[in-house]
Amino acid sequence: MKGSLIILGFFTAGLLLSFYKIIPGDLIKEEYSSYALYFLMFLVGVGVGADAKAFQALKGFNLCILLVPFTTILGTAIGVTIVYLIIPDLSLKDAQAVGSGYGYYSLSSIIITETYSKSLGVVALLANVMREIITLLAAPLIALYFGKIAPICSGGATSMDTTLPIITKASGKEYAIVSLFHGIVLTILVPIIVSLILSLG
Amino acid sequence: MVLGIIVGYFIRNRRLLVKINDKLIMWAIYLLLFILGLSIGANEVIMKNLPTLGLKALALTLGGVIGSISLAWLTYVRFFKSKE
Repeated sequence: MKGSLIILGFFTAGLLLSFYKIIPGDLIKEEYSSYALYFLMFLVGVGVGADAKAFQALKGFNLCILLVPFTTILGTAIGVTIVYLIIPDLSLKDAQAVGSGYGYYSLSSIIITETYSKSLGVVALLANVMREIITLLAAPLIALYFGKIAPICSGGATSMDTTLPIITKASGKEYAIVSLFHGIVLTILVPIIVSLILSLG
Repeated sequence: MVLGIIVGYFIRNRRLLVKINDKLIMWAIYLLLFILGLSIGANEVIMKNLPTLGLKALALTLGGVIGSISLAWLTYVRFFKSKE
């Protein structure tokens, strides 16, 4: 949670600085930030590849474990579709793109901002930070009422790092590997799914 | 990103490099979101609609979380509970 608050802090600082015209908002050219994004994607790849636990988790899996990321992806898609039906002024594509961040706020919001729309990027940032915070606060309750897989699915891509401790506490140590595996799969899939949704019609 | 995974696999035994990589990711994210903040702050249309955007975000989060934990309950009961 500390990490996500620091990130929101950087975002808010930038927002206030340019809103009050202390720093001009067009100081940094768009191209630079796309290069920064490519660089970030590369670094994230290095992080996944260098994580010894990631490969161990993949070796120890059985077929059921594959169902968990699938559950999160399908469940989120259904949930945001219902939100799309209720809320006016929100396209299905926008709803799915935001949902497909699965809590990975930094990468999903940056991809959406760079390749699609700034205002949807802001929605994605806020929505996915909220997903992490809700999971951190409610994991024990979620495990109690929806079973031990549920906090993992609620955490989305964060189930491999920031929300892993609380998930392990709520669901038990035997679910730590499931949580880790789930988080790794979603972390890899977020940039792919978000770009795919944005490139559709 | 695939290139990154391959590089990461080969440097996985060099603790220091991996640590530097984690720090770099953190600062790259800080920088990009700071830049996002800068360009949003300068955008009057978005600033005017910030509360609406926040509400949309909250609705989408709740939808996503409730959708996935409901389905997770089904997956748990059907595939995991019996093995405990």
